[in-house]
Amino acid sequence: MKAPDFVYVRPGSIAEALALLADTDADATPLAGGQSLMPMMNFRVAAPGKLVDLNGLAELRGLRVENGMVRIGAMTRYAELLASDDIRENIPLFGLALPHVAHAAIRNRGTIGGSVALADPAAEIPALLLVLEAEIHMQGLAGTRAIAAEDFFLGLYETALQEGEIVTEIVVPARKTTEQFGFYEFARRHGDYAMAGVALKVGGPDHCRIGFFGVADRAIRATRAEVAYRDGGVPAAMAALDDLPFDGDLNAAAKTKRHLAGIALKRAFEGIS
Amino acid sequence: MNEPLHIFDRPNSYIGRSVPRPDARRLLEGRGKFVDDLQLPRMLHAAFLRSAHSHARIDGFDLDAARAMPGVVAIYTGKDFADHVTPYVGTLTHLAGLRSAPQMPMAMDVARWQGEPIAMVVAQSRAEAEDAVAMIDADLHPLDAACDTESALDADTPVIHEAFGSNLAWERLVEAGDVDAVFSRNDVTVIKRTFRFGRHTGVTLEPRASVVEYDPSENRLTYWYSGQAPHMMQAILAKHLDLPEENVRVVAHDVGGSFGIKIHTYGDDIATAVAAKLLKRPVKFVADRHESFVSDIHARDHVVTGRIAVTADGTIEALDFDDLTGIGPYSMYPRTSAIECNQVLNLTGAPYKLRNYRARGRVVFQNKNLMCQYRAVGHPIAMAVADGLVDEAAAAIGVDPAEIRRRNLVPDDTYPCVSASGMKFDDLSHEKTLDRLISEMRYDDLRADQATCREKGVYRGIGLVSMVEVANPSPMFYGIGGAPISAQDGATVRLDAGGALHVSSSITEQGQGTNTILAQIAAEVFGVDMDRVKVTTGDTDNVPYGGGTWASRGAGIGGEAMLLASKALKDQVLDVAGILLQSESESLDIRSGSVVDADSGAERISLRDLARTVYYRGNELPSDVKPELIATRHYRVTDFPFVFTNSAMAAHVEVDVESGFVRVLHFWAVEDCGRVINPQLVDEQIRGGVVQGIGGALYEECVYSEDGQLLNATMADYLVPMAGEMPDISVFHVETPTKTSVLGAKGAGEAGTGGAPAAVMNAVNDALRPLGASIFQMPMSPERILKALGKV
Amino acid sequence: MTQTQTISLTINGEAVTATVPVRSNLVDFLRNDLGLTGSHVGCEHGVCGACTLEVDGAMIRGCLMLAVQADGATVTTVEGLADSPRGQALRDAFHRRNALQCGYCTPGMLASALEYVEAGRPADRAAIREHISGNYCRCTGYQAVVDAICDLIGQGAKA
Repeated sequence: MKAPDFVYVRPGSIAEALALLADTDADATPLAGGQSLMPMMNFRVAAPGKLVDLNGLAELRGLRVENGMVRIGAMTRYAELLASDDIRENIPLFGLALPHVAHAAIRNRGTIGGSVALADPAAEIPALLLVLEAEIHMQGLAGTRAIAAEDFFLGLYETALQEGEIVTEIVVPARKTTEQFGFYEFARRHGDYAMAGVALKVGGPDHCRIGFFGVADRAIRATRAEVAYRDGGVPAAMAALDDLPFDGDLNAAAKTKRHLAGIALKRAFEGIS
Repeated sequence: MNEPLHIFDRPNSYIGRSVPRPDARRLLEGRGKFVDDLQLPRMLHAAFLRSAHSHARIDGFDLDAARAMPGVVAIYTGKDFADHVTPYVGTLTHLAGLRSAPQMPMAMDVARWQGEPIAMVVAQSRAEAEDAVAMIDADLHPLDAACDTESALDADTPVIHEAFGSNLAWERLVEAGDVDAVFSRNDVTVIKRTFRFGRHTGVTLEPRASVVEYDPSENRLTYWYSGQAPHMMQAILAKHLDLPEENVRVVAHDVGGSFGIKIHTYGDDIATAVAAKLLKRPVKFVADRHESFVSDIHARDHVVTGRIAVTADGTIEALDFDDLTGIGPYSMYPRTSAIECNQVLNLTGAPYKLRNYRARGRVVFQNKNLMCQYRAVGHPIAMAVADGLVDEAAAAIGVDPAEIRRRNLVPDDTYPCVSASGMKFDDLSHEKTLDRLISEMRYDDLRADQATCREKGVYRGIGLVSMVEVANPSPMFYGIGGAPISAQDGATVRLDAGGALHVSSSITEQGQGTNTILAQIAAEVFGVDMDRVKVTTGDTDNVPYGGGTWASRGAGIGGEAMLLASKALKDQVLDVAGILLQSESESLDIRSGSVVDADSGAERISLRDLARTVYYRGNELPSDVKPELIATRHYRVTDFPFVFTNSAMAAHVEVDVESGFVRVLHFWAVEDCGRVINPQLVDEQIRGGVVQGIGGALYEECVYSEDGQLLNATMADYLVPMAGEMPDISVFHVETPTKTSVLGAKGAGEAGTGGAPAAVMNAVNDALRPLGASIFQMPMSPERILKALGKV
Repeated sequence: MTQTQTISLTINGEAVTATVPVRSNLVDFLRNDLGLTGSHVGCEHGVCGACTLEVDGAMIRGCLMLAVQADGATVTTVEGLADSPRGQALRDAFHRRNALQCGYCTPGMLASALEYVEAGRPADRAAIREHISGNYCRCTGYQAVVDAICDLIGQGAKA
């Protein structure tokens, strides 16, 4: 199970990376943490002609808090997020959720931007960003742009990223003192992709944001449940999930996902802090 | 007490002690010698094209593009080997009626499972070999496939081997007493259930691997492999590659887990040997993880419908079941794929007094990967069916699960005895192990906790199993049916000039501690410190002839041979010592590396001095004294077909009835494997085995599509047990040594895997019972439990 | 033709310069080019943990990092640990508890265990189980591994 051959380039700047990725003949693919792309290459499911390794780009690393926003470089690794005091204070939802992302050795290497760009439907990060009202910043040769997370995740491994663009930064509003967060996921084993999972931001008795993962073709906001919560609390929210486009997989049929989504939602509310 | 001094009641005692494994240090420092670590001069690498279809006619290949790829040395398709290897058939004569078709290393005309090798590339590197495999254009014509076990025998299901007329590979009926009469009585409660056991596989962390070197100047083939039975592989390679048996050397150094996976004849391994012979260069093949999933043998895959009849006082009057199992398109060579079903027929209900017994087994072909012997062959099915029915019956008549077992277990004082299926039992302790279990687990406290929890909506369950385990098989297991598989093992013990022992044995080490217990036995019986015993195993050139390590036979058979050889050498050394010291040899003993006066313990001569005298200064010995400082002994089980062990186990689980998730809170095992040579190693065998059993009960399943595609052939999708979900496991021992040997050791390798699924299933059903739900399908996934609860 | 690049890195304290196929992952490079066969390959898709090793102070999957990405890095394998006092107490605890059988998972398991112990984390069985939950062991059932790590932390010993 060896990856097919490719050309490897390690650019020294974003501009250089974008120029390399713009060469469509080369079938170039950006390499972030590699924790999903490399398995796919080893299985020969992915066979990029050219790998553009973003790991040398200091511009994409690190995080800072600025004007009530947490700005996270796309190449920031999960382990760095978990170790960061800024994250602990300003994005407590990450602290609840990130320990469920795979295992320590994967978190030491995997990046937030990689997860965003891949848009695995069972991954935690996209759902967290939906709930946190994060903004995804992208850059291509045509320039930079930013899109709300809600408009970024379009389908199964499908995002708003255009050919030749890379994710550069994830901008998350820092927590407001009135906000509380909840998270719950069902995974067969610790660190596995979720069978069903949910992230919550609760702004008060009449306001919450609910994001599911592992239940459909992408991370998905449950807007009807959010409305139902305002009117009837958690039981109403649990009952307002039927319109979500549940998809089955090896571990659970769509019907089972629907059931587990409700239970996960209840438990996430029970655990908010 | 004035019992005669036993062979184990000696000063420097190791048997019965938790001696750390000397060879573990090597592994902790990264100095293991696994097959993939081996790099030989001019070595090439193999990769295989495998059938993408579960059933397909092979119409031909276009190999031009593949041949043009960099690094490619040779490409073979199935037919290229027709003149270089003879076909093999997985049948044994004592399994009457078993049939299977001839197999070649790679499919020739028809591929019969997704993953069957159909072409082979040998190249300078594995990556280049894979590049070329991707360029092979195979013209495969898909055929209708027979994938489902339960419809395999239907008239409209495609027949996989036309000459057989049906997909039936084997069937057997075992009958004792008058089952029908019991079930028609009106004083018995009858419980009937259907049990489904998913396919799973071994997932050895080290994949199957072989490096083969052929030296044409001596017509000699050396086969380094990751496996359990070197002499069996020697015989197979010699036979099918047309080599003199003595010209085949099989070496197994460190083996990264095997569990029965690495004891069979795999086409890709044989093809690697053929390629090495044709190319006259070393060839390495290491299965990658995807290949492991689609080509390592699978196991289980049974559907059992069974019924039990009990009287109002809980006496089991009769057991009747039908087992249907799918084995893939062939019976595996040379052990066959009928053994698991045969074990189910032989072992179900075996711990219980049972006179009326009927067991029907049918083994069917299907277009899926081959099924064969994996750790605890048949036991998980046999124990789950019997003890599952026992628990259901107990619930139906309102008797506690522990109590119904007490009423029906074969009493400890009634051995030897013969079971309804004809198994001969001796030296078992079902009552003692159950009593110990109930006491160690605080059964009554757990029941009280269960009641309290239920009031809070927390559903906990307790599941018990009483079981037997086949160990120490005699020639009646394989040899009698014509397989080149030795039931006897040999041990050689040699005193070297430095006063140390060099011992060798035909059993093999796969991490369970074989080499350690051999050293413990030799050191103690002969009389040296353990660090002066050097052990060689896993090399047909350098060890006595024997079967290897499988079927929980290493300690009981290989250990006994080592005991006998060590005792023989001791007698030989004392004879020499008697002459050198002009003493009666009976008055002497060997302790801690010296010949001593048996009564006083005073040293008379060190073994080093004795050995140096014999080896260097033979002139000091009388000319008619011809010392032999080496002894070899062999041992096989003769009195019984198998030496059974028994155990009682319990699982404590909590079922999240909202989500269907099961958490195993704790597990207990009380094991009677006869004499315990090294308690720590036995405990660890039990624990590892239990976790594999929990895997089968809750997680592991090879999920196939209807057309025979394995859908979860990755480690992300095939769920092996990981640390986060596994419980702590308490292990206790009852020691009833077998009278068949001096050592008295039975086997301990498989009990955990055999018993845990039943215990966990019973515990889950115990938890679900107040909700009126039950589940008899493994793995008991959250979705299946939710279905059982009627929630999805 | 297979693409290659020349890399320089420090492996177990030794400076190494080598020309590697760019598609070669780190663990294949260590094993096949340098003979450091202590790191094992179990799945090549980052799940089993057998190839876990240390790069620049972090435990990572050797199969999910390219050798060329280790250019300039400091790599420590199980052989490097064995040649230093680091991890000795952990190896002793593993030995005493028989926290390994076949030994194939052991290099990766030691790496993960070492990361836990060196981070000063507590002798909490659940936390230890969670931390090593990315290291598959088919032989032990994990309990002995947890015991060994607990022993070491309980003794207050340095790994």
